[in-house]
Amino acid sequence: MNIIIAGGGKVGATLVRQLSAEGYDLTLIDSDPRVIGSIVERYDVMAVEGNCASMPVLLQAGIKDADLLIATTDEDEVNLLCCTTAHGLNPDLHTIARIRNPEYSDQIYALREVFALSLAVNPEKQAATEIERLLKYPGFLHRDTFAKGRTEIVELRVDGKSKLCNLPLMELPGIVKCKVLVCAVLRGGTAMAPSGSFILREGDRIFVTAPTNNLTVLLKNLGIITRRVRRVMICGGSRVAYYLAQMLQRDGINTCMVEKDPARCVQLASQLPGVNVVCGDSANLSELESQGLQDCDALVSLTGMDEQNIIISLLASGQGIPQIITKLGRTENRGLIANLPLGSVVCPKELSCNTIIRYVRAMQNQTGAAISVHTIADGQAEAVEFLVDENTLHCGEPLKKIKLRPNVLVAGIAHGSDTEIPNGDSQFHVGDTIVLVTSGRGVLHQLNDIFE
Amino acid sequence: MNYKMVGRFIAQILSIEAVFMIPALILSLCRGEYGAVRGFLCALAVIAAVAGGLFLLCRKAPSAFYAKEGLVCVGISWVALSLMGGLPFYFSGEIPNFVDAFFEAVSGFTTTGASILPEVESLSGGILYWRSFTHWLGGMGVLVFLLAISPGKGKSGFTMHLLRAESPGPDVGKLVPRMRKTAAILYIIYIVMTIADLIFLLVGKMPLLDAVCTAFGTAGTGGFGTKNDSLAGYSPYIQNVTTVFMFLFGINFSCYYLLLLRQVKNVVKDEELRLYVGIVLGAIVLVALNVREYYDTLGETIRHAAFQVSSIITTTGFATTDFDLWPSFSKTILMGLMVVGACAGSTGGGLKCGRLLLLLKSLRRNTRQIIQPQRVEVVRNNGRVVPERVLDNANAYLAAYVVILLLSILLISVDNFSAEANVTAVLACFNNIGPGLAEVGPTCNFGGYSAFSKLVLSLDMLTGRLEIFPILVLFSKGAWKHR
Repeated sequence: MNIIIAGGGKVGATLVRQLSAEGYDLTLIDSDPRVIGSIVERYDVMAVEGNCASMPVLLQAGIKDADLLIATTDEDEVNLLCCTTAHGLNPDLHTIARIRNPEYSDQIYALREVFALSLAVNPEKQAATEIERLLKYPGFLHRDTFAKGRTEIVELRVDGKSKLCNLPLMELPGIVKCKVLVCAVLRGGTAMAPSGSFILREGDRIFVTAPTNNLTVLLKNLGIITRRVRRVMICGGSRVAYYLAQMLQRDGINTCMVEKDPARCVQLASQLPGVNVVCGDSANLSELESQGLQDCDALVSLTGMDEQNIIISLLASGQGIPQIITKLGRTENRGLIANLPLGSVVCPKELSCNTIIRYVRAMQNQTGAAISVHTIADGQAEAVEFLVDENTLHCGEPLKKIKLRPNVLVAGIAHGSDTEIPNGDSQFHVGDTIVLVTSGRGVLHQLNDIFE
Repeated sequence: MNYKMVGRFIAQILSIEAVFMIPALILSLCRGEYGAVRGFLCALAVIAAVAGGLFLLCRKAPSAFYAKEGLVCVGISWVALSLMGGLPFYFSGEIPNFVDAFFEAVSGFTTTGASILPEVESLSGGILYWRSFTHWLGGMGVLVFLLAISPGKGKSGFTMHLLRAESPGPDVGKLVPRMRKTAAILYIIYIVMTIADLIFLLVGKMPLLDAVCTAFGTAGTGGFGTKNDSLAGYSPYIQNVTTVFMFLFGINFSCYYLLLLRQVKNVVKDEELRLYVGIVLGAIVLVALNVREYYDTLGETIRHAAFQVSSIITTTGFATTDFDLWPSFSKTILMGLMVVGACAGSTGGGLKCGRLLLLLKSLRRNTRQIIQPQRVEVVRNNGRVVPERVLDNANAYLAAYVVILLLSILLISVDNFSAEANVTAVLACFNNIGPGLAEVGPTCNFGGYSAFSKLVLSLDMLTGRLEIFPILVLFSKGAWKHR
């Protein structure tokens, strides 16, 4: 499949890395020769220098033979114009645009036919949605939802005081008194697939599959406080902050937002009636305290700079804030911060890349494609969801009799409305949704890829 | 420096060479040439030992591969290729001196066509075939071949370093996003054109082995003939066919790809192609006017002029007449053509028309800027702005080109040949043409030079074929350091 990626920024470069490894034919358009130089040296792609919204450049990039265009430049307007122009040149083309400006979000949905958009992704909005989901269940560092919201993979950190510490995994179901499965453990920056005799240590991050309706039980039995979040402090007035404040307003959560730039404060205050917008330096502890940090149930650091977000989250964790969420723009050096008490880490770039890759895989393989793809364990593993259909092999056989590819784990099977955490005797049938966790290189394009 | 990765590449390259040696071995077996059979078997044994050893030594190579590794890899593999490619000549006893055998192999792989053999016709069929086949393989590049056949999925961008280092031209790019597909397209065009040439030659009643060798020599723009007098003894039809095909193989292969995509307008408007055609036509007219006294008819004059011009500018080096006897004006034109060379992205050598075009345009720009210092001007090629980096590289290339040329002339002048012979010998080797003038003219050979001079000229051929830098970095200390 021929894919054109316009814009080699953070999202563009991540997409190039992922999609070229998956074997697609990629052409990158960027106006900066340095960006092109560095990407062409690293990945097997072709590059065209120029403005991606202009017709000659698109033609040069081979728009006529392309199947998909992904516009991820910094400018929404350029992305839109790029998709509209490209679609005019090639009516069969699928287009994905990154649109970040909240002012456009309504018209993008209403006029997507006119703009010829197959999909619009908004990293900041996705990040805000993700943060809102995390705030609903304090205690989880990360949540990924599968099977129409019936199954989840949640991330937990093993603290020194936790019941989990020094616990062999086979004793876990006895403690939490519900069916769960630990599908991956992240220790010291590397992901492992644990066996029953694996003993958890302080500082491990574990990825647990559980039916959604068991999450509350899980948290309660682990002794993690599940008080509802009532008051949230947002540091930084970025776009994510705007979307998040809007959502929290809707949920009736008391929100305080601290932003440095007075002009931006005025703008936010006018856009977000009901939110307590404060003009001040969020990296200054006394300033945060004067705004009532002590009374907050959660702090979200959403400034534009990763370093500052890390500092704010460290400050808040020192003050004993129960839930902390940190936004990071770059995730390359995640290993460095893995052991810092930063709470949940949310990366807008990763979220939208996942959405786009899911779309690409679905295009590639119309039938039997993955319903959803989530990267977990700092990108070292993937959780993929498939629908079992007539073509799936080994239907109705117990799992212990099926030979699976190494690195693949069946993490959950959803029959109808209930989710089964599988053991050796579990089976899957046509119509079930199956959640798999896979680490390592091979991409699962369809369900049958997991069998040896 | 990632030695293991480079070692693995070289082992792969040598394996490919070994595979291609097998047809030559079978041919020798069929013709009952036991000297040649022994030569190929010994060579295969040595290659198997070296490649096997490298494979064993270089397991578990780290994947770090950058521009430096790409350049070194290309440089070393061509030296290794030539060393091993010369073994059949040496072991078969048909070229008893090892330096001579190496020179002959380098000359083959670099598509030069300069020979040390006084008597080509005494060579056995298998050896003749192998000698011409090295032209064909070297023409498009053996690493490009490796890229075309190695599985391409999930490869990183490092292959770009290989393509850039091996393919000629000032600004090498891919035709399609995938490296493997790009390399495959280039080779398919190459193979189809070679077969077309072969069919035309066979229609002209050329013996099969001669036709195959001539087609290989033409396709790679090499110039090893099967006869002492090159192509002079064949019919005018065969000479004309070869003229046309030499010309065609001197054109940038991406033009053919564009033709396949039916983008005829882009091809016709290509500035490099226009310059190339212009130079060829102009040179034919001038040479034909200059040598009209030497031949009986106008047709014959044009045929010889066109053949020699086409042969020299594409850096093939076939001859239908002894142009060393031509008047000085024509010889000077030929020397100029030696330097100009074919188009970038073709199988030919030389400075390349594309680079010449850039150099001339940048010269014009800089001259204007001297007159009018405030003037801001960019250099365009085919309507697109040429990045300054490309221009800088072209200028640096020219500087390196001149320095190496002068140094080589100085080094081989120790052998006390005439100045004309020394200058044209270096020009002919460095630009991958083959025959020069005077003592190294089309009817003579390089056998008279000392072993030292032969090594210098071999290095010149490699340097010229790989466009200087892959060989130059082998002499730089930075290339061998651990990172």
